[in-house]
Amino acid sequence: MRIVIGEGSCGLAAGAGGVHNKLAELFSESNPTNAELGITGCNGMCFLEPIVDVYDDEGALHRLVHVQEKDAATIHKAVSTGDLSLVDKLLITAEDEEFLNKQTRVALRHCGEIDPESIDDYLAHDGYQAISKILAEGLTQEDVIQQIDIAGLRGRGGAGFSTAFKWRAARDANAGEDGQKYLICNADEGDPGAFMDRAVIEGDPHSLIEGMLIGAYCIGASEGIVYVRAEYPLAIVRLTKAIEDATARGYLGERVCGSDFAFTLRIKAGAGAFVCGEETALIESLEGKRGMPRLKPPFPAQAGYWLKPSNINNVETYANVAWIIANGGEAFAAMGTENSKGTKVFALTGKIRRGGLVEIPMGKTLREVIFDIGGGIRNNKEFKAVQLGGPSGGCIPASKLDTVIDYNELAATGAIMGSGGMVVMDEDTCMVGMARFFLDFTTKESCGKCVHCRLGTKRMNEILTRIVEGKGEQGDIEKLEELCYAIKDGALCGLGQTAPNPVLTTIRYFRDEFEEHIDAHRCPAGECRDLITYSIDADACRGCTACARQCPVQAIEGAPKKAHKIDPTLCIKCGNCKTACRFGAVVVA
Amino acid sequence: MTHNNTVDVSLVDPTLDKYEGVPGSLIAILQETQGIYSYLPMNVLEHIAERTNTPIATIVGVATFYAQFRLEPVGKNLIMLCQGTACHVNGSELISSAITDELGIEDGQTTEDGLFSLEHVACLGCCSLSPVMMINGKTYSNLTPDKAKKILRQLAAEGGDAE
Repeated sequence: MRIVIGEGSCGLAAGAGGVHNKLAELFSESNPTNAELGITGCNGMCFLEPIVDVYDDEGALHRLVHVQEKDAATIHKAVSTGDLSLVDKLLITAEDEEFLNKQTRVALRHCGEIDPESIDDYLAHDGYQAISKILAEGLTQEDVIQQIDIAGLRGRGGAGFSTAFKWRAARDANAGEDGQKYLICNADEGDPGAFMDRAVIEGDPHSLIEGMLIGAYCIGASEGIVYVRAEYPLAIVRLTKAIEDATARGYLGERVCGSDFAFTLRIKAGAGAFVCGEETALIESLEGKRGMPRLKPPFPAQAGYWLKPSNINNVETYANVAWIIANGGEAFAAMGTENSKGTKVFALTGKIRRGGLVEIPMGKTLREVIFDIGGGIRNNKEFKAVQLGGPSGGCIPASKLDTVIDYNELAATGAIMGSGGMVVMDEDTCMVGMARFFLDFTTKESCGKCVHCRLGTKRMNEILTRIVEGKGEQGDIEKLEELCYAIKDGALCGLGQTAPNPVLTTIRYFRDEFEEHIDAHRCPAGECRDLITYSIDADACRGCTACARQCPVQAIEGAPKKAHKIDPTLCIKCGNCKTACRFGAVVVA
Repeated sequence: MTHNNTVDVSLVDPTLDKYEGVPGSLIAILQETQGIYSYLPMNVLEHIAERTNTPIATIVGVATFYAQFRLEPVGKNLIMLCQGTACHVNGSELISSAITDELGIEDGQTTEDGLFSLEHVACLGCCSLSPVMMINGKTYSNLTPDKAKKILRQLAAEGGDAE
């Protein structure tokens, strides 16, 4: 039997490391059936972590979920005796299995299946076959780019630009006497709420390397760089090992697969700046400078890293490439819509029942992703909105849930496809607060180069802050809109131009919430601290004293088994009492 | 800005030797420097400026641009509280208040005993386990205000030695 523990960052955060150590200890003491213990990356079912997959001798999978250290002994016994019924209570439910069954996996094809630290495992799953085929059959650069073109692959980092177009531009660019060109991977996944790139690097680093090899071959680059954000230490560790192993096996280096094609790859750790996701800012950062965007043109394809022709794609884009070459561009284009081919990975989070990574063919609706796959809203609350595209995107309301996932269709709502962050909100989320959250983010992350972005976001943030504090003024909504359009027109880069999107969409779909904050000084979602009061419903209160014990400022009084009371002059609105109450007696108004 | 001249600048010399003549390596040098001192002492930055023949303004410009770099020393336990969207939606603000309530420090501050520093950080990418915080490389997930306080108390009781 084989035991495989899911050890992506989220699995480890949930305690997979402890489970692994315990299992390793038990099996080193006794292992009568010679069971193997291995690891894999994130399979996307983050809501069930830690996950342990047991493959029996027939190769059938028994997926155990929410495994704790204390379960290790039972798993050890079950595997050692061959009686897997012992772990039945840990088995995934049929309902939760639907989460994966309803997906189509291309970019994530190996995530959660192979050992990310083993090049042999990747090779056993047809790894490096695509690049080997290209080199062995002597396919031309154009042959390969044509397949990418037929596939209709568009950039998965957010803007959705045609990958084939970019590759041709970089291939055709004049690199000067030394002929030096660069191929860069943008793994600076800064959109808060998106983590598919992390999952790919942690779970299947060789597929990124192979995608980059193919890209480098197509544009004629001999040097590649992966710009990974510093917040992803595990991704850096696994990718470093993958690069070393691929180099040792001759898949990277002076003679890739024994051919004349040379390609070396290195990692550059980012230092924490959202704007470095913008390609010219990323290049500045690679050169050791402040990450401030450059004026375009010239585009990176003409003058990028050290002013040499450079091609930049996102992790997920590269992760699709080897699959496309292996299966043909048509197979990829057979999925999706007219304008948006293939699949897209989304990071489904927020107030969702089943949160994690979801890869689906384009053309499905938001409703299918959120309700069919994600299982709808937690705690039987009402769906209110879904945020797509992070600080560059927007909030889509319930009335637009049947919007099809397609670059153009999503843009029509005011949101964007973005990198794939999909944060679901319920009735308790204040949309004005949400707009302020994103503006606070972009204010801090604005590089400061353009006045409109640097000062405009600050002014917008100030207006939004006063609205959530109940100090909004008549005309504030109009002022916000005016600033939004000025920033869109006046900013140089994508960060600035899209920064107003979260505000514009919330005003468009939730204007009444803004008005209620300004006119009535009321937060309908009951979230804005300055506009709410906590009280206890005397009829529902059982006098269990749980709330009083959790109150950090002793604002709650009452005898045991008698209804309690909150003193509003002392209350700091921390919400501890509401969390502590098991009877729903704490009321926020 | 701290002008701490008691720090031994020569500790960074091996790093500077390694990157000598490598263009575009300033960020990598600063990352290694912070790895050595746990922050970027001003006199070390001046030393880097001298050795790499780079204006000190350029170096401080880079050091203050990126969120990762600190110009002040941090406490024994660095609490990195995630400010991602999913954490926000699931109540990271309440966790922030709970930490402030427990330790008396806000974002960017260090406790007087030097045991804890609090830093609000960009998304840690564990969105399905939100709200989360990372302390000394370990991620604590599905936090509630109460759970966060208990973790801090436990760390304090252990003399600040996490793990």
